[in-house]
Amino acid sequence: MSGSLLQERRPGGGANLAAEPVLEVKELKKHFPVRKGILRRTVGHVYAVDGVSFSIAQGETLGLVGESGCGKSTVGRAVMRLVEPTSGRIRLNGHDITRLSKAEMRPHRREMQIIFQDPYSSLNPRMPVGRIVGEPLYVHGIGTAKEREERVAALFERVGLRAAQMKNYPHEFSGGQRQRIGIARALTLDPKLIIGDEPVSALDVSIQAQVINLLMDLQQEKRLSYLFIAHDLAVVKHISHRIAVMYLGRIVELADTRTLFTDPQHPYTEALLAAVPVPNPRQKRKRRILQGDVPSPIRPPPGCHFHTRCPYAEERCRREVPVAKEVAPGHVVACHLR
Amino acid sequence: MSYAGPQAQAVDHGAELARAGAHVQGWGGSVLYQARRHPLGALGLLIVAAFVLVALFAPFIATHDPLATNAASSLARPGGEHLLGADFMGRDMWSRIIYGARISLIVGIASTLLGCLLGVAVGLISGFWGGWVDLVTQRVNDVLQALPLLVLALVMAAALGPSLQNVIIAISIPVIPNVARVIRSNTLALREMPFVEAARAQGMSELRIAVLHVLPNTLAPVIVLATAQLGSAILTEASLSFLGLGIPEPYPSWGRMLSESAAEYVRTAPWLVIFPGLAISLVIFGTNLLGDAIRDILDPRERS
Repeated sequence: MSGSLLQERRPGGGANLAAEPVLEVKELKKHFPVRKGILRRTVGHVYAVDGVSFSIAQGETLGLVGESGCGKSTVGRAVMRLVEPTSGRIRLNGHDITRLSKAEMRPHRREMQIIFQDPYSSLNPRMPVGRIVGEPLYVHGIGTAKEREERVAALFERVGLRAAQMKNYPHEFSGGQRQRIGIARALTLDPKLIIGDEPVSALDVSIQAQVINLLMDLQQEKRLSYLFIAHDLAVVKHISHRIAVMYLGRIVELADTRTLFTDPQHPYTEALLAAVPVPNPRQKRKRRILQGDVPSPIRPPPGCHFHTRCPYAEERCRREVPVAKEVAPGHVVACHLR
Repeated sequence: MSYAGPQAQAVDHGAELARAGAHVQGWGGSVLYQARRHPLGALGLLIVAAFVLVALFAPFIATHDPLATNAASSLARPGGEHLLGADFMGRDMWSRIIYGARISLIVGIASTLLGCLLGVAVGLISGFWGGWVDLVTQRVNDVLQALPLLVLALVMAAALGPSLQNVIIAISIPVIPNVARVIRSNTLALREMPFVEAARAQGMSELRIAVLHVLPNTLAPVIVLATAQLGSAILTEASLSFLGLGIPEPYPSWGRMLSESAAEYVRTAPWLVIFPGLAISLVIFGTNLLGDAIRDILDPRERS
């Protein structure tokens, strides 16, 4: 939808794929226990994230797409250590941060920040927005009060707000402005990596374009890396260098943006792309509409998670978990049939 | 994918106030604005304000020393030298009621403040940190709440003995679980909010998050609760004094004035019962009206 409103541009920043990745995630798992009864016994798990691996280079945007409930937000929150990963490894700038304590984690928090989906609930309604944006500096003991104020003012101007608005409260801003405040807050500590947890999904289409262009400009200026979580393929296509497609806690396909859109290998990616609306009513398209619903992540199907809805599923798909393999350089697919 | 979920609305009292015009003309303007919208609340505010002024300027309003006895005017009728009559010991009722406002308000405000302070602390700790701390505090709260306010205050007052401080403590204890409940349930919802996660993502300490990001968002309902508690605290003080466990002699407490006279003089000198009773009724009427209005102003769902 929003693709038509976005001006035609390619993600900038010049991803440096050769150097050490800013973020490296290996076999990340997050299982939430399901507790029942008075004794709070664990009766099962929600397999929200079930073995996810990817890496992001400096200046690169990795798009992470999937249906609601596929675990893409949990990946972002686990990387931020807002939820404790069950297993796997997260390396930030070469440091393993998977098991760091709260105190040990603090210096690393300057390196990565998160932008939330809901521009309303992600800002403290009782705090002036200038303080919201400047608080990270205070908490990390950076600069004098005056320097901090100047930095916040500069950030406000940079994200398209006026410095005079610093003393206002969140409710005095529109959704798009609030999201700009959220972006300013994420930039305060000058991080290398920003996780965008559906940062534009709650915004009007026209505002989405502005915010995405702001994010892309900032990436070019500061060589930021983004993990861009979304369910809108058009938006992800516009901003991402590479895209990972998630289904029920696993990445089923990962490729650079052009390849993924022109030569999707996984049946789920195919179906997902076929569902993207095309703003041309005369264009005839063969639609491959998926049957059924996403199975429950509490009892995911054995073998390939997608076999219950896959039009090509074979006996093998019901038994064996497909291993991710590289079908072309940089193009990883987890499917028995490829 | 709504713009503001129900939770966001629940905590957005600031926005609600602004939309209601609270920041349009500053403080005075907004009070006037709300007074016009809630005439009963304005009446309540006037009554409470009047009692506060009376308590503050008691020495100028009283005509006699409230403690001075005078055998000559024992059980004097209202009118004449004694505006509202005099009691058995010839103490001026008008002056005693004026000074009684001090006791009532001191006890009411101090016990409400103390109770709210402790209740906020207990509720925040139990809601924010959860776990077994939460479990224990909630069960203790259950026990405290199962007992009526007055019974609990009675037990406390009997255990501590009658004195001004002890009455304040006794009345504040039953306030704690009420406030703690409200704060805890708000905290439970707030600690899952993205702005709390954002604070965590920036590496803030849990204490800082609890005090600066969660606490300010829980306080609006406490203001409402406190206003409502003020009335019942004053009533509880009166009841305790009526039962002889409140403010000791010779300080004029409305409740004690009632209890001293009720049995013996209600037929012969009814003014000894009527006027303290009226004072108690009026101040509780006022605080209840004010409390209701504040709740309406702060809670968009209560507005009709």
